[in-house]
Order: sequence, then structure tokens, then C-alpha cells
Amino acid sequence: MQDVTTGNKEFKPNIVAFCCNWCSYAGADLAGSSRLTYPANVKIIRVPCSCRVNPMFVLKAFQQGADGVILCGCHPGDCHYVTGNYYTRRRMALLFSFLNYMGIEKERTRVEWVSAAEGAKFSAVMNDFVKTVTELGENKRLTDLRVKEGK
Amino acid sequence: MRDVEQKMIERAAALLQNGEVARVVGWKKGEFYFDPAPAVFETVDELKDFVYNGFCGANLSKYLIKVSKNEGKTAIFMKPCDSYSFNQLVKEHRVDREKIYVIAVECQGKLDIEKIKANGVTAVTNVEENGDKVTVSSLYGETVLDKADVMLGKCLTCKGKTHQAKDEDIILHEMPAPANNRFDEVAKLEAMTEDERFAFWKEQLQKCIRCNACRNVCPACSCLKCVFDNPSSGVAAKANDDRFEEQLFHVIRAFHVSGRCTDCGECSRVCPQNIPLHLLNRKFIKDIDGFYGEYQAGETAEGKTPLTSYKEEDLEVSDVFKGEGK
Ligand code: SF4
Ligand code: SF4
Ligand code: SF4
Repeated sequence: MQDVTTGNKEFKPNIVAFCCNWCSYAGADLAGSSRLTYPANVKIIRVPCSCRVNPMFVLKAFQQGADGVILCGCHPGDCHYVTGNYYTRRRMALLFSFLNYMGIEKERTRVEWVSAAEGAKFSAVMNDFVKTVTELGENKRLTDLRVKEGK
Repeated sequence: MRDVEQKMIERAAALLQNGEVARVVGWKKGEFYFDPAPAVFETVDELKDFVYNGFCGANLSKYLIKVSKNEGKTAIFMKPCDSYSFNQLVKEHRVDREKIYVIAVECQGKLDIEKIKANGVTAVTNVEENGDKVTVSSLYGETVLDKADVMLGKCLTCKGKTHQAKDEDIILHEMPAPANNRFDEVAKLEAMTEDERFAFWKEQLQKCIRCNACRNVCPACSCLKCVFDNPSSGVAAKANDDRFEEQLFHVIRAFHVSGRCTDCGECSRVCPQNIPLHLLNRKFIKDIDGFYGEYQAGETAEGKTPLTSYKEEDLEVSDVFKGEGK
């Protein structure tokens, strides 16, 4: 993506972060109130639980132009709904492994556990993820898996 | 095989005659020797069209969802692989086990007419199976082929010849199972680089014509409202735009059946574009086995699936790619 307002040609990835309401979203809040920064191109989508993230949401985000998708939830054992994130863990392990099997770069997908008290971790995770995806470049593969010529 | 077919017709006739079942699900004669079609027989008279030969590769279990809703019991003939799909349907409450009478039938591996044609044989009139050879008669004479060269892909990696559900069986001969490992091809893809894998799948998937045959045939695809036909799925676009499902159809389909796919091989068998769909589902099966312990969908009609259960000490997502050189 090009920043038209500044004419800056540096690649800024679109990052979608699904954050669980009870831990990670509160963690993001804490990061903000602690004046820790995370890149503005991270778009946070608040979900009641990481388990709410249907794998189709991840695919849809990529198809709509996301360059990286990250899920953040409560640490295993700390889920507000007791077991939600255990299911998330299996689902995403299988989905991400599968996407990589289809040739999608494994660095574009990530799951991190961030508690409400971990503002610093939230900021560090997001900075690191954005850096990784920036180095990787634009996501083309998941938007044209079925098209013969690259876009 | 002729003796097996004969016995099957006798049993079907007896069951219909004494009223034990109201219908029998089997295969009936097609236009040619090599295209028998799934069919429901309700009278003894109709059984004159009944066939069971090397081209009865179709898995009949999914038809039960509909026909078993009718009055009375339904008898069905099942090959070993079909019985896994059947159990899975029972487990998902799509079919009521009490209303079904399962007759397990012998299977010596099913044939692929396209592979026979690829050997230069056309106008096929009959196919006789003799051990590991098949004799194909055509309008132009007889040809003997190696059976392994003309079997359906799914039969080359058959899961085994033990029926997982049955009320009686018609097994008149030994049923040797092939020794091929069904995960070899998946492992081969895993060993490639990301770029090579992407090139492979793109080449394959761009052939897809979205005929939906792979979905329609799949016994695990039995949702009343399929996500691909459902505008309120939550991910459909507001405007009429089907790019999402078009582009990601194969990923969505494969994920939807993960943990429930029995590896019956029907999706690859019916794909008119010869896309190796089983390699998608098998990746999920291989990962499930590797991450959470071996699991075969359809082995029983009870219990939880890998995606509806968990262990506290499960693998972390961040460890998925560690140490495997993927
Ligand atoms: S997969 Fe096995 S049981 Fe099924 S049709 Fe082929 S050989 Fe028979
Ligand atoms: S059967 Fe083959 S061509 Fe048809 S929708 Fe499935 S993958 Fe595409
Ligand atoms: S996905 Fe293919 S192999 Fe798996 S159950 Fe469905 S038709 Fe059978």
C-alpha cells in the first residue's frame, strides 16, 4: 500500500488483529494508556472470545487485502468462557498449517496469548508482527489462489 | 464378482419380499457396462436392473440422509470405505442407525474407466476381473491390463477392507488391501518450498469450474444450509459479489470437513477437472494425527471429533512450524 498523503512509497502492510474482549483488547487498552505504541496499520477487531473467530473470518480478511492476520486471546486456562481458546488453538494450528501447505507464507498468520495485564507484550507483539509482514511484502497469494496469472 | 452380485440380488429380493425393508439402496445398470448409477429399489421386479461390478465405486451412504426419512427400514449395500462415511453420518445425527440395515459387501478395488480409456481401449463392452489383471472387451477385441494401472485413485490407497458397520455381510473371497501409504503424496508436497507448493496448487485450482460436484458428493458435506449457498453466513459481501467464495472455495470446503472427512476419496473421483482434492483433506488428517494423536473419522459412530475436543497440553500454534522444515 502506498501512502498517498505523504507520497511515501514504503510498503505499509494491512494487518488485521482479532482481539478477545476480555484479555487482549484490554491489553491493547492498557498499552494505549501506558503510552506504549503499536503501528497504526494494525486494525483491531474486537471479538467476544478468540473462539468466535470462524476460520472464514481469517480467509475473508486476507481476501479483502490483509497482508497479515493475527489472533490474540487469553492465555490457555484463563479464558473468560473457560475453554474457548483451547478450541481456537486447535482450529488455527490446523488452518495455518493448511494455508502454508497451499503455499501461503507461514509468517502471515499468528496466534498470541495476551492478558489484560500485558500491555507491553501487546505492543511488542504487534510491532514484531508488523515488522515481519513488512519484510515479507504484499499478500498476493491468498487473493488469487485460483487465478492463473499473478495480479 | 458375478457370484457376489448374484448373492446380493437374492438377499435384496428376500428382504423386500418378506417386508423386512421397504427399499434397498444399490447400483443399477447404466447405459454402458462402466457407468452403473446409485439407485433405490422398492420392488423385486426392479432388481432386474441391479448390478455390482468393478465400476460401482460410488459411495452410497449419503443417499441415506434422504431416503431413510421415508416410512420403513432401508437396506443398503456398503463397501468397506462407505461404512466409514455411514458411521460419520450416524454420529452427526443425519441418519438414524435403527432405520438402516447394512449389508457389507466384498470389494476388490474399483476401476476407473478414464484410466482404461487412457490405455487406448474404447467402446468398452465388458470388463472381467481376474486377480491383479483385468480383461477389457471392446468392439475392437480384447485387451488385458494390469488392474493396479486402472483402479480408482482412492482404491490405490484403500484404508483397509474391514467394514466398520454391518448387520450382515456378503464376502465370498479374500480381499487383499494395497500396501500404499496414503500420506506419501502429502509428504511429497510438504517437502517442497512454499513457492513450489503455491505454484502446484494454483495450477490445479485454476482448472476448477465450480461445478460443486465435490461438495455435493461428499458424505461429510451434509449441512442443511451450505455456507456456499447462504447469504447470512456472516462473511458474504453486501453487494452481490462472490469473489470470496470463488477464490477460497477449496480452502473453505476442506476446512469444513476437517476432522469429519473419512478420506472416502469421492471428491477426487467425481471432479471433472481431475483436481486432486483428496490431497487437501489428507493434509488435515495427517496434521490431526501428528498434532493430536491418530484419529480416523467414521471408525465408530460415537465420540468427539478432534475439532470439538482439546487437551490442555495441546501443541501451541507457534510451534506448528517448528523443527519440521515446512
Ligand atoms: S477404497 Fe477400498 S473399499 Fe473403497 S472402493 Fe476402493 S478398494 Fe473398495
Ligand atoms: S468437483 Fe472439481 S471442478 Fe467441480 S467444484 Fe469441485 S474442484 Fe471444482
Ligand atoms: S472430503 Fe472427499 S474424501 Fe473427505 S469425506 Fe468428503 S468426499 Fe470423502
